[in-house]
Amino acid sequence: MSLVLTEEQELLKETAAEFLREHAPVTHLRELRDCEDAVGFSKKLWKEMAALGWAGIPFEEAFGGADLGLAELGVVLEECGRTLAPYPFLSTVVMGGGVVAAAGSDAQKQAILPGVCAGDTILALAFQETGRFSPYAISTKAEAASGGFKLSGEKVFVFDGHVADHLIVAARTSGVAGDRDGLTLFLVDAGTEGCDVTRTNTIDSRNTARVQLSGVAVGSDAVLGEIGAGADLLDRTFDRATAALSAELVGISTEVFERTVTYLKTREQFGVLIGTFQALKHRAAEMFCQVELSQAVALDALRALDEDRPGTSRLVSAAKARCSDTASLVTCEGLQMHGGIGMTDEEEIGLFLKRAKVAELSLGDAAYHRDRFARLTGF
Amino acid sequence: MTTTDSSLEAFRQELTEWLQANCPASVLKGAEAQPTEAERNAWLEAFAGRGYTTPTWPKEYGGGGLSKEETKVLHQEVARTASYMPIVSFFGTAMLGPVLLEFANEEQKQEHLPKITRGEINWCQGYSEPGSGSDLASLQTRAVREGDQYLINGSKIWTTGADQADWIFCLVRTDTEVPKHDGISFILFDMHQPGVTISPIPLISGASDFCQVFFEDVKAEARNLVGTLNGGWTIAKRLLQHERQMLSAGPAAGDEGASRPKKGASAKPKAPKSMLAETARRYLTDQGEQLAEPALRDRIVQYELDSLCLGLSLKRSGQQARAGQGPGAATSMFKLYASELNKRRSEILMSVRGADGLGWSGDAFAPIDLFETRGWLRSKGNSIEGGTSEVQLNVIAKRVLGLPD
Repeated sequence: MSLVLTEEQELLKETAAEFLREHAPVTHLRELRDCEDAVGFSKKLWKEMAALGWAGIPFEEAFGGADLGLAELGVVLEECGRTLAPYPFLSTVVMGGGVVAAAGSDAQKQAILPGVCAGDTILALAFQETGRFSPYAISTKAEAASGGFKLSGEKVFVFDGHVADHLIVAARTSGVAGDRDGLTLFLVDAGTEGCDVTRTNTIDSRNTARVQLSGVAVGSDAVLGEIGAGADLLDRTFDRATAALSAELVGISTEVFERTVTYLKTREQFGVLIGTFQALKHRAAEMFCQVELSQAVALDALRALDEDRPGTSRLVSAAKARCSDTASLVTCEGLQMHGGIGMTDEEEIGLFLKRAKVAELSLGDAAYHRDRFARLTGF
Repeated sequence: MTTTDSSLEAFRQELTEWLQANCPASVLKGAEAQPTEAERNAWLEAFAGRGYTTPTWPKEYGGGGLSKEETKVLHQEVARTASYMPIVSFFGTAMLGPVLLEFANEEQKQEHLPKITRGEINWCQGYSEPGSGSDLASLQTRAVREGDQYLINGSKIWTTGADQADWIFCLVRTDTEVPKHDGISFILFDMHQPGVTISPIPLISGASDFCQVFFEDVKAEARNLVGTLNGGWTIAKRLLQHERQMLSAGPAAGDEGASRPKKGASAKPKAPKSMLAETARRYLTDQGEQLAEPALRDRIVQYELDSLCLGLSLKRSGQQARAGQGPGAATSMFKLYASELNKRRSEILMSVRGADGLGWSGDAFAPIDLFETRGWLRSKGNSIEGGTSEVQLNVIAKRVLGLPD
């Protein structure tokens, strides 16, 4: 098993880094935030990224995809982490598109995936109902109705929900919140009557929404996968999204770490560079170790998913736990070492700290994944 | 050197035949009888005779002349055929040998490398001194030229296995008038001679694997000075990188990919297990599926997770290094992390065992508990030997991050 990038992946990394530095640097996110942009990202730029093939990375060529793996997507996401590019990779490509590609009927795939690959269609997975991540804590009901189902319930923290063309809603066809059985996924047009989507403002200036479902009527052809067996599909999707998010966290950590080391080499106090102080040197070296460990485990988790290796879920949890802890360490230490300037809105460190916290708490934080890792190791 | 698949298979074939012919029956995997000392020696001799104790070294110096891929095959096939792989002292193969290959002259290579390969000479490392620990370059042991020899006076400390050693590779001061780093030389000499006094140092663990060594007018041949006169610090640092690399290949660094790909057989993946968690189950009562003490469970899972990540990082760094390229400054990170991890592991084992782990000696305690407890005491030295953790952090800050002095 290889833990270094292939030549093609190196090339993709360079292209992504160059493109994002030019078109979506951190100032891009700041502008979108300051002008209270209704979308939260540039649809035109998303189309350009799609034209570069990024939106279709994991999908079959028949739908306009590149037929590559999560490892490639991770390369792009790591670069997005470095510039805080707020683009809908996680919501549309990994989660929404991933569910459709894995469980959709031919008709569903045909209807959705070409638009995703072209950058025209935005998807959102509406699963979460509680603050802290808890995969099966779902009470939203799907009651049988004539010709299909009626969905009722409330979803929170739906990534890119406010601009999604289609929602994929996880609802209960049986059982109660917490049960693994009885979950079913539905493909819902966001404009369907009774579907009320409200954008929520989060610390990272990114795009999440609250979705109120009041008896939303869907046909039986809206079901994705098997009725009642949605948990399998969710587990798979969470693993893939968690590994992808780990790659973004690695990008954030690497960027903040490098910026902090540069700052230590330029900022003077007491007549010397602050990088000469051993108290800071040792902490910088500690950060270096954590960033290195994170890079290796994040890459291995993505590869394991692509190769469908046994024990992959355990590795994904290892990656998310480590990458979350590292991002938390590096953004907090980075801010501290920048001193007062780090506390200002003008300095970009704070933007990284905010995005890192959202990514850390999304799909299970380090404590959640350590617990899962232990369970999957048999203790 | 890269190797094509077909030539690699030919190598595997030839190697398998050689192993069948040369591995003593008692050493074969699954053999009932224990190998005698003569059989063990025969196995070592045959193995070293092919240069396999130092598989990647050039054949002209007694090495195996193998590529990295062939070396991997060697390890796989030996693991499949024999109950153990013959090894010779790491001081020679993993530390001194690599720097001789890089810095020694032809005569020195011819003289010393083949003996290292065959394990004929036990080497020890003369680095630290009573007044020069972390500040190694301040060392005071003097070497003064007299004809074809150097006369050596001074003392080395923490010299592992000095009481078992035949020769020493030693850092000595050959110029006192220049800055400390510029007056050091790297020299080899015989430990079996008048003027060498060795006294083992009892440690907190009860073991005495370290010694203090005293030199009084001890003689070293001038031709055994490696590299340039006063240029020893460069060699010293290089050797430390090799040492760190060796020390970091601890329990976390297992190569899961080493087993030969299985043909046809449906290899059922083994369920992952945590040795620490299994141990905790044995010592703590009333444990359900999950360990009942959440804080202890979290310490164990953090250890397992970090150890997994370290293993992956080591593997990644190995893959990044181009063939023939030695270890870089990042070895400091691995040395630092592996030793801190091992200390954590030992601390967890103490917590888990409670009073059962507090025995020093005697029948009241199980031998395994006595052993683990001594191991806990010994582990405290992991972050001191081979450069303290603080020194490793300094090295990373300076050499990797380029932070100013």
